[in-house]
Amino acid sequence: MSASAPTEEDLVRLVYLEARLIDERRFDEWYALYADDAFYWVPLVPGQADGESHTSLMYEDKLLLKLRIERFGNPRSYSLHPQVRCLHVLQRPELEEADAAASRWVLRTNELYVETQGATKQVYAAVVRHTLSVVDGALRIRLKRVDLLDCDAPLPSIQLFP
Amino acid sequence: MNAPSDLPRARGRYRDDPDALRALVRDDAVHRDVYVDGEVFELEMERLWSRTWVYVGHDSQVPRVGDYATADVAGRPVMMVRGEDGAVRVVMNRCAHKGAKLVSEPAGNVGRFFRCPYHAWAYDLDGKVRAIPLRSGYERTGFAASEAAGGLSVVKHAVNYRGFTFCRLSDTGPDFEAYFGASLSSIDNMVDRSPEGRLEVAGGVLRYDHACNWKMFVENLNDTMHPMVAHESSAGTARKLWADKPEDVPKPMAIEQFVPFASSYEFFDRMGVRVFDNGHSYTGVHGSIHSRYSQIPEYEAAMVGAYGDARAHAILGEVRHNTVYYPSLTIKGAIQAIRVARPIAPDRTIVESWTFRLVGAPEALLRRTMMYSRLINSPMSVVGHDDLHCYRAIQEGLAASGNPWVSLHRDFDPVELAGGDRTVKGTSEVSMRNQFRAWARYMSEGEAA
Repeated sequence: MSASAPTEEDLVRLVYLEARLIDERRFDEWYALYADDAFYWVPLVPGQADGESHTSLMYEDKLLLKLRIERFGNPRSYSLHPQVRCLHVLQRPELEEADAAASRWVLRTNELYVETQGATKQVYAAVVRHTLSVVDGALRIRLKRVDLLDCDAPLPSIQLFP
Repeated sequence: MNAPSDLPRARGRYRDDPDALRALVRDDAVHRDVYVDGEVFELEMERLWSRTWVYVGHDSQVPRVGDYATADVAGRPVMMVRGEDGAVRVVMNRCAHKGAKLVSEPAGNVGRFFRCPYHAWAYDLDGKVRAIPLRSGYERTGFAASEAAGGLSVVKHAVNYRGFTFCRLSDTGPDFEAYFGASLSSIDNMVDRSPEGRLEVAGGVLRYDHACNWKMFVENLNDTMHPMVAHESSAGTARKLWADKPEDVPKPMAIEQFVPFASSYEFFDRMGVRVFDNGHSYTGVHGSIHSRYSQIPEYEAAMVGAYGDARAHAILGEVRHNTVYYPSLTIKGAIQAIRVARPIAPDRTIVESWTFRLVGAPEALLRRTMMYSRLINSPMSVVGHDDLHCYRAIQEGLAASGNPWVSLHRDFDPVELAGGDRTVKGTSEVSMRNQFRAWARYMSEGEAA
């Protein structure tokens, strides 16, 4: 990958890699894909304008993501027993916005997200948007926005990262 | 009480035996059937949840004429409606004709009247029949004297207390003021925290589906022995993440909100718990986990401007933890957030989390409460995961045989059996015993054996 101008294939590859690292529980590598000022955002209502002026299901900076990762390693995180597993089934990401001058690319990916724990299984459909930038020569995630199709329904615990 | 039901007919073990219901609650323990038995759950909806005052919603959800907001009260579909006269009524969401729900959205505006989607029966906002197609078809029938001609069922007993709308479905039961008594001071403090004395619902509602009995959630609100254990994995981790930071580095709001959950037993003991008749209680009589939040100087100035120095600081100095308005509503006045229990089944409860804007206060306060709500009360919150795991563990564990009793002995004192307004140390289980005493009374009183 050329640091200044990632190809579309570079961008798409990062989206696939991000999902795969969650599925394979490689959380430290996953965390490193995010820029320092990144947010992971799961809006509460369709078309939500931002994560500040309205409550979200999740709207977390890297400090809070770090907390989740540390918590995964704590044997007293009882809610994670038995083991919670997930799988992202992605459609090929589409390049929705590209602004090389501003180093900003947005990819839109339709996904099915499955999270299981013991005998329970949850399945969600979502539109995921990754906003990517080149930071210090490497492609990084600035924002991951996950619009669950049923974001405004009563939901049970979702413990990993849809 | 022998209305036809499509539910499997329970053995009548409890329905016709008030003594058996009373026997489920000892002075210091409760029988597992209060959490797992299907018949007990049905009776809770018919008796406890219908004879007491249940929270419907906040009147700021329906600011304009024709606005409605739906809710579930004791399993009944109701809606708050703002009428032409400006009053907020609680009305059953059920057409007087064949019973169809009139509105399907959680909230909206119907204009000047409701119109049934099935046969176009129309109703004024106060529930009166406005129009029926081909009305001549009802001439020379018994229609005029029927229930249908009476229009929508308006809940007769509804009270709007400083914006908070409650209703009592049954004609029998205590009146509003007698039911809540001095516990209403927690709502007062929450509203007084607005320089204009007014709250507005803002930021949306989180609905968290709990696979557990509603009482596990409600009891937990004043359970001060669980945070340092159940939340070790979330709050304890937050504390560790911040441990090596120098004192003078400002704490991010998230850290400020997470870390107090990991406070010591002594801290929660000092908070104190106060109980009232009819199952109500609050922890945080002497400060709470919210006491050390950073001050917002513009807000303090606005409060002093509105109330004067002494009164403003008295309002802001009252930092209660959770107040339980038994059985449905729990509030955190100090941070303008509420949670509402909506029981669905013995082992299923929807917990709604609402946040409020203090009218006339800086927007930063709304952002703080929204952050709290999403960090603590969201289906994706790690603190929520900690709690729900424990509730589900109880729900499943109570299927065990050998010991059908749940212990509530901690700091039991026989003087509490006399009831009334009492304040004791924060780690006492008195709030739960107090809830179950009200529970046993509303479940059995006035029922012939």
